[in-house]
Amino acid sequence: MGNISDEKVKELQLKATEIRKSIIESLTEAGSGHTAGSLGMTDIFTYLYFYALKHDPKIPDWLDRDIFVLSNGHICPGLYATMAHAGYFPVSELQTLRKLGSRLQGHPHREYLPGIETSSGPLGSGLSQAVGMALGIRIDYGKTTNRFVYCMVGDGELDEGQNWEAIMTASKYRLQNLILIVDRNNIQIDGYTEDVMPLNDLNEKFESFNWHVQEIDAHNFEMIDDAVGHAKSVFDKPSVIIANSIPGKGVEDFQRKPEWHGKSPTKDEAKNALKELRTLAGKIKCDQLD
Amino acid sequence: MINKKIKLNPDLFEENIDKKPTRDGFGDGVVEVGKEDERIVVLTADLSESTRANKFAEEFPNRFFNVGIAEQNLASVASGLAAVGKIPFATSYAMFSPGRNWEQIRTTICYNDQPVKIVGSHSGLTTGPDGGTHQALEDIAITRVLPRMIVICPCDYEEAKKATIACAKTSDPTYLRLSREKTPQITTKDTPFEIGKAIKVFESKEESVDVGIISTGILLHKVLKIANDLEQNGTSVEVLNIHTIKPIDESAIIELAKKSGAIVTVEEHQIVGGLGSAVAEVLAKNLPTPIEFVGVSDQYGQSGNAEELFSQYKIDESAILESVEKVISRKTN
Repeated sequence: MGNISDEKVKELQLKATEIRKSIIESLTEAGSGHTAGSLGMTDIFTYLYFYALKHDPKIPDWLDRDIFVLSNGHICPGLYATMAHAGYFPVSELQTLRKLGSRLQGHPHREYLPGIETSSGPLGSGLSQAVGMALGIRIDYGKTTNRFVYCMVGDGELDEGQNWEAIMTASKYRLQNLILIVDRNNIQIDGYTEDVMPLNDLNEKFESFNWHVQEIDAHNFEMIDDAVGHAKSVFDKPSVIIANSIPGKGVEDFQRKPEWHGKSPTKDEAKNALKELRTLAGKIKCDQLD
Repeated sequence: MINKKIKLNPDLFEENIDKKPTRDGFGDGVVEVGKEDERIVVLTADLSESTRANKFAEEFPNRFFNVGIAEQNLASVASGLAAVGKIPFATSYAMFSPGRNWEQIRTTICYNDQPVKIVGSHSGLTTGPDGGTHQALEDIAITRVLPRMIVICPCDYEEAKKATIACAKTSDPTYLRLSREKTPQITTKDTPFEIGKAIKVFESKEESVDVGIISTGILLHKVLKIANDLEQNGTSVEVLNIHTIKPIDESAIIELAKKSGAIVTVEEHQIVGGLGSAVAEVLAKNLPTPIEFVGVSDQYGQSGNAEELFSQYKIDESAILESVEKVISRKTN
């Protein structure tokens, strides 16, 4: 970790673009769902599932796997698309998102889709579950285990008091095998986070709870890799990576607009978005794309 | 008469009957099962002594977690432990768990199908002087409505211990409802216990009886004394101990309704949504039978000792007798 090759970065960028296209397609077909957060976290999803996580898509319940908990379950279109491309299920199944009988529930359900570690959606409880998993793993594998629990929360989600209960617990038990990623995209349903309920200085908050804190650009694979590498080497503390992201990343019309938090693109909007993603509009540099 | 086959405490009607709290049954039971099964872990939210989780903590410090006064976190951390193969018992007061953290129990435990055991002590009016804020009278209602949840309300120390051990051996989410007060030892080590199977504790050799009484939890002792008095005074009666409110033993209830044609339910809980409602659901569908409900009638409790509160909220002996009389008068034949 912390020494990702240029080639790998290029490969992940390409993969992330494919995943973003799948997200737009599945959300458009579903006719509802959360676009901005899904696109905003795509690079981190891609990094985790195509580089960092110890996992096997063919054996989702492999005992020694790392665990990824998506607490902000509403951005599951991003997770589903990533899992499909990683080989958990056919990419074509993404078209069933949010439909009756689908394994791809509107918010993820662990019993429907193998590889989903916990059912989530009601905000604020994912980090507590990740704490429980990290504690349980420590009983079985010892304190310095290499089996990590990654948890993603939205920044708006941090309004939920339960997160802070979990943050204290992780600190009390010095859960060095827990890595929290905060999607710091500054939006939530009702508007900008700092208007709805100011989070102020998140770094300071986490530091005061005795967490190891790093802040990164959520769209820069070298920075993501560096931060995860550091987080894994921290001793005696849980780690948080505050990932500054652009909600809607990759599609100019969707970016940084709170109204894109909870809706899906129309067919026309999707057409433009897919065109933009194909050409990348110069935002993500990659020579290998047409 | 008392059902001899189930080996209840021979001192059942003695003045100096042994008394122990049901929470102690949990505390001893979880240590016992914890010795057999390393997957058992115990959590508390700053109530390790009150819930008797402290006994497990002393025995297995590495499998015990105190998350502080944070019941929402308590439920979800327990869910996470279960997700990696543990069998967690999450302990607090019934008012706060499953009260305050109901949605976390619903989503992260029941919807998620994790084998977490919610242990709610200090339920009901017997919490006494602490007052209405701490007297959980709604917990049966809010847990039995949850798909997959098993709901158990033991009648005494021994039954609580057996219930603890039995639920540790299932993969079902479970709510174990416990009390603070020392209450009479009704059952013994030799009394049978099986989750979901009601126990006929008081029976009659006659083909039909005047009334059937169905109870759950610590009020069972009061009910048995009343049944004994009724029988001596010429009213024939049978009594069912429904320790498992969900899944409820439908056939035992229907059988009693057939035999009695009149049912009284007795519980230390709101009438709305509790044991009585569960019994009514069974009978309305299968064998419509007059029922009188003894329980707290859409009110909150207040400070006082247990007996004072039972009388104030009409779940005492005279209220039960009144309901027996009333339901018998409602019988159609």
